[in-house]
Amino acid sequence: MEHSRTSRRQFLAASARLAAGAGIASIVAIPPAGATPETLRGAIAEIVGDAQLREGRVTLGLPPLVENGNAVPLTVSVDSEMSEKSYVKALYIAADGNPSPGVAIYQFTPMSGKAEVQMRVKLAQTQKLIAVAEMNDGTLYTASREVKVTIGGCGG
Amino acid sequence: MSDDIKPRLRVPANAKKGEVVEVKTLITHPMETGLRKDADGKLVPRLIVSSLAVTYNDKPVMNVTLEPAIAANPYLSFFVKVEESGTLKFKWTDDSKQTWTAESKIEVA
Repeated sequence: MEHSRTSRRQFLAASARLAAGAGIASIVAIPPAGATPETLRGAIAEIVGDAQLREGRVTLGLPPLVENGNAVPLTVSVDSEMSEKSYVKALYIAADGNPSPGVAIYQFTPMSGKAEVQMRVKLAQTQKLIAVAEMNDGTLYTASREVKVTIGGCGG
Repeated sequence: MSDDIKPRLRVPANAKKGEVVEVKTLITHPMETGLRKDADGKLVPRLIVSSLAVTYNDKPVMNVTLEPAIAANPYLSFFVKVEESGTLKFKWTDDSKQTWTAESKIEVA
């Protein structure tokens, strides 16, 4: 009897943790609420799990100040060789001030040659852009950069 | 309207063996976020190009998942390592599962 009570307590603790996790997920899923640094952290945590994020190796290139957020040029590069032994497996790009935090996910192979990509993004307001690079050995590197936006680009 | 959607490529025609070449792509597409309202105040449903897959001689090079934060007429540029002559193929897919393809040959001297 004593034993079963203990496991019930453990079960309750585990479901509380699960519920907390689900809470984060549901915040991310509601679009009108807007992305905040918290929902962004939740979204990143969903992608990378508990793994440790290290600063560095990732560079975000974008203008520090843009007048129009409709199409902002963005370059993301990762300082890494691209060989069978060591390469950048994935690159996650997110923004914390858009209606939803995701921007793009790149999945590379050694044939990508160089982990450097360019795109144009919509930015709703002044905010922070974040990139997370996942190496083939599972290590994660991150960088972020603030961009000031005068006119937002979400057409709302 | 979807007839207006055209992919464009800029891929070098020649490369040295082992060279890492830059590839530029663009597809004309409105990238509706699902948040914009039309003249009658109704929300325009989301319709974006949600992925681009790139292969060289049918081996995967790169996959990109695009979110509504990517600007209209998505322009993407990236690199490919070329070891032998071949065909670089591109495939864009939108939310309605419609696809567009393009390809370009690279000659290795």
